[in-house]
Amino acid sequence: MNAWTDVIVVLVALTNLGLLGSSRLSVCIRVVAVQGIFFGLAAVLLRAEPITVDLAVVAAASAIVKGIVFPVLLLRTARNVNIRREVEPFVGFSTSLFVGLVLLAFALWIGAQMPVEANPTGSLVIPLALFTVMVGLFTIASRRKAVTQVLGYLTMENGIFAFGVTVVGGIPVLVELGVLMDVFVAVFVMCIATWHISREFDHVDVDQLDALKG
Amino acid sequence: MAIEQFVSVALALVLSPLLLGVINRVKAIFAGRTGQPLLQAYYDLAKLLRKGAVYSRTTTWVFRAGPTIGLGSTLAALMLVPMGGTPALVSFSGDLVLFAYLLGLARFFTVSAALDTGSAFEGMGASREVQFAAVAEPALLLGLAALAARTHSLSLSGIFAGSASSAAAHGPAIFQWWLQMGPIVLLVGGAFFIVFLAENARIPVDDPNTHLELTMIHEVMVLDHSGPDLAFIQYGAALKHWVIGALVVGSLLPVHPAHPVWTPVVAVAGMLALAVVVGVVESVMARLRLLSVPHLLMGALALSVVALVLVIY
Amino acid sequence: MLLCLVAVGILVSSGLVALAVPGKSRAALVIGAAGAVVGCVLAAIPAVGVLATGETLSLNCAWNMPLGSFHIALDGLSAFFLIVIALVSAVAAIYGVGYLDAWRGKKALGPACLFYNLLVASMMFVVLARNGVLFLVAWEVMSLASFFLVTFESEKPGVREAGWTYLVATHLGTAFLLVLFVMLGQGSASLDFDVFATFGASAPHLASLAFILAVIGFGTKAGFIPLHVWLPEAHPAAPSHVSAVMSGVMIKTGIYGLIRVILFLGPPPMWWGVALVGIGITSGVLGVLFALAQHDLKRLLAYHSVENIGIITLGLGVGMIGLSRGVPAIAALGFAGALLHVLNHAVFKGLLFLGAGSVLHATHTGEIDHLGGLLKRMPWTGVTFLVGCVAIVGLPPLNGFVSEFLIYFGAFKGVVGTGPLSVISCLATIGGLALIGGLAAACFAKAFGIVFLGEPRSEHATQARECGGSMKFAMVTLAVACVAFGLLGPMMVAGVAPAVAGASSLAPADAMRELGPAVGCLASVVLVAAVLIIMIGSLLLLRYALLKGRTVTQSGTWDCGYARPTARMQYTASSFAKPLTRMFRFFLRTQSAVNMPDETFPKEAAVSTHTPDAFRRRVWQPVFQWVSKQLEQVRQIQHGRLQLYVLYIAVVLLILLVWKMR
Repeated sequence: MNAWTDVIVVLVALTNLGLLGSSRLSVCIRVVAVQGIFFGLAAVLLRAEPITVDLAVVAAASAIVKGIVFPVLLLRTARNVNIRREVEPFVGFSTSLFVGLVLLAFALWIGAQMPVEANPTGSLVIPLALFTVMVGLFTIASRRKAVTQVLGYLTMENGIFAFGVTVVGGIPVLVELGVLMDVFVAVFVMCIATWHISREFDHVDVDQLDALKG
Repeated sequence: MAIEQFVSVALALVLSPLLLGVINRVKAIFAGRTGQPLLQAYYDLAKLLRKGAVYSRTTTWVFRAGPTIGLGSTLAALMLVPMGGTPALVSFSGDLVLFAYLLGLARFFTVSAALDTGSAFEGMGASREVQFAAVAEPALLLGLAALAARTHSLSLSGIFAGSASSAAAHGPAIFQWWLQMGPIVLLVGGAFFIVFLAENARIPVDDPNTHLELTMIHEVMVLDHSGPDLAFIQYGAALKHWVIGALVVGSLLPVHPAHPVWTPVVAVAGMLALAVVVGVVESVMARLRLLSVPHLLMGALALSVVALVLVIY
Repeated sequence: MLLCLVAVGILVSSGLVALAVPGKSRAALVIGAAGAVVGCVLAAIPAVGVLATGETLSLNCAWNMPLGSFHIALDGLSAFFLIVIALVSAVAAIYGVGYLDAWRGKKALGPACLFYNLLVASMMFVVLARNGVLFLVAWEVMSLASFFLVTFESEKPGVREAGWTYLVATHLGTAFLLVLFVMLGQGSASLDFDVFATFGASAPHLASLAFILAVIGFGTKAGFIPLHVWLPEAHPAAPSHVSAVMSGVMIKTGIYGLIRVILFLGPPPMWWGVALVGIGITSGVLGVLFALAQHDLKRLLAYHSVENIGIITLGLGVGMIGLSRGVPAIAALGFAGALLHVLNHAVFKGLLFLGAGSVLHATHTGEIDHLGGLLKRMPWTGVTFLVGCVAIVGLPPLNGFVSEFLIYFGAFKGVVGTGPLSVISCLATIGGLALIGGLAAACFAKAFGIVFLGEPRSEHATQARECGGSMKFAMVTLAVACVAFGLLGPMMVAGVAPAVAGASSLAPADAMRELGPAVGCLASVVLVAAVLIIMIGSLLLLRYALLKGRTVTQSGTWDCGYARPTARMQYTASSFAKPLTRMFRFFLRTQSAVNMPDETFPKEAAVSTHTPDAFRRRVWQPVFQWVSKQLEQVRQIQHGRLQLYVLYIAVVLLILLVWKMR
């Protein structure tokens, strides 16, 4: 634990709120990318125990995939299907921001309720990870565009990653890399699917997909 | 009450119109123009004070009293604001609430005076003013709560003196202080800066130069005022820049009250720097769509809340 | 103590005399009002004494009523509420003489006077009663008297419907209270409050259940969202001086009951305070939002009562958090803020309803968008209404600021080191109060600006005339009270200290000590306020000096060059509130009907918006529809044959007999 914790925590919290408050897709994608890099950094910096090689590998891989590979993929998809904004989400952007603040308070409360063993450092990282997971879920629930939903999914994964690295500590490298691989495939498939949906239907609003059921 | 406190109030009274001059000069430089003189705001005030007035037949005494009450409340708010390390003329626990509500009083009467003209334009401006203020107020008060929780003080002067002395206690290791306090200070300062832009009707919230477009807020509310009333309004607006600016500068620039000369100098330099920043922001940014302004203010609220999270943990 | 009983006696008897006075004369009104004023003054005398000395008066007589005894007492808490009731009721009664005069000859006014005095008397008994049965009887008389006052203009269908809504809501609330009191009595032979007081110690496991029952039962009367649905219906329907009393005072009996019952339940756990803060923020923010979306002046004010009840509940919540955290300073500040806001809200909401009544009296419409320019035509109403607006928004130097300041102060104190949950609650209180303040400012800028400023928007408004003497007197009295309570803030806080001690179960000396710093701060506030007034005064002088000798001309409004602005082109209340209602459309669900101009030569276009109460429409209507559908089947056993009814009775008696003899 050191003073950098606060800096990273603030920046991650801001990226979450930025994701909720921004309507421009390119901004959202970059925000999530930055968040991925921060979480990679956090995994190395925020741990009480000394850094192992395994951990460094996982953190680096995660930061690279989430901070560079995914954003490039997503930005290209967004450009291909020619959408630049999330228009008319189910929950407006100001309201989303407000919900985000409420979720933040909720996460803090949960963090405070946790048994001490689960959060030995008593730091903000646990509430922050919870907050990130909740923001991811909320994004998936409240947005229409497939690309934004992928972003929500990624955010959620970021939160789980942070949770895993700081709390459980000993996630085997293989498992973590496997999860990363899963996410990678998921994003990859989503990008392709989005592109196909857009070509078939001229839009990528997922809420209209329910018209497909017979 | 020490002499410095009176000096800082006098400085505010004298120098606040200069802020507008600095902002306009920066904008002119960016646009490659010569621009108006630095002291233009003073000339305007002097001219307006010597003029007569025209009143609409629709209006009542509310319209005539509005500018006076607005200026009076802003002056009262000025008494509560510390300048840099110099404490305010009056300070007591909870004065931050009074500060916010005095600005609210000024706003209420400005808005009422605007509605008194019965003009659709002024009603429009009034409606937007109250909307943005309703969101800006929680951002301001929660930002102040963050600072109050950190310094364990409930008065503006105590808050700024507290953060200044904690900075000074680090002495040469000021870097350490910034590492610890930097996030909070920057977040709150950012929130206050957005509130500053919104409350003072600057770009990207409002464009102070567009009197006749449907996009404006503050300028359109005062369309019908003339003569000394308009002078009161413009001076009040300049003072409002100063008092909210003092919060921004005070939170970002913790100066320990050590020197009778240097402290006010640093504070005034901070205010002028703020004016330069505002000028730069106005030059490089476009005005936001009205629908996105609450969004920006929500962002300020979010900054305040994140700062609070850091403080209370 | 006896003085209180005499007061109640005078109230009831003068009401009865007024009822007996034959129709056409003004005498009924005068007798009723005179009785109300005398009764209120008499009741206030011992109450002021109790607050000054801090002692408790009580009277306990036997009463041949099962579980009941005639036990009344006057402690700090009761005395405080008694003063609030007396103050507003007396002033509103004076106003009523002028206001009801308009119906003279068209309607029997005797019943209105009787029910008004009964309402006042029963409210007094509610705060005096120290026995469950006595309390519930007074509570029921209060509900019924106000029901008959609400339905004063029963020839209007809307008023009848509002009356029924009120009657159903208030009785559902009473049902919860009945369960609560039986539970508090725990099967003992008495429902005396002294028995209740041991409840917290003897049955702590049931305390939370009792708390929930109390919140629902008293919350219905106070108007907590979502139990508030009767409030925006009933208050606009009643005659304006009755609205003032109902909104200013009667709903506060709900707050009184809540505080009183919580005192029985022993030391509060943390979550009670948090729950109250949650209720307060919900009621406060949603109340003011719905108020913003209203087009009817009295309905707008009614929603603002919901908002202010929210602020009061926030204060109670902060106080309870202070109690459960063991920080008496926070507790004292929270309760002091809540109680002072009870008084302040009674004064300015009373004033505003009286002002709205004058507008209604003069223009026969409460539709804000049909009014305008009334400040020139009704200067007294206009100025006093403005005072009320500034006060209710909580702006310094008037009284609303004092109580909100105390709640802020308590919440700010709670932000530091009291544990996560209470810190989050206190922060939510600060943010919530700030948001409520901003929205309330918007709402009252709209209410005052559109109704009293600009040009009249209809013929009614153009021909408005100032109201009569008694109405003017009442409004001016309350406006002066708003200013005085604001400038005497420090003394007010010291004055309510015994009531705060009673509400928070702190020792009186402790309460006084904990409030000390706040009193000091408020003294500084008064200093700043004095400077503010002096500054404004000297600026006015300066302005006068500057304009002297210069040309001051009158002309039309400069409408950006448009030469012929008309009154219809003014900004309306709906358009003024539009940005905010749009921003919060998620909660408001405003319905709008738009008729767009679309042809080449557009003929007519129209927009109309309507914001029905979301809770009434989405929560209660479905519930009640379901209930009434279920109850349809019960109607089968009722088909009007007398023989069958007798059979029912016989069967039930037999069953009872068997059950008892088994």
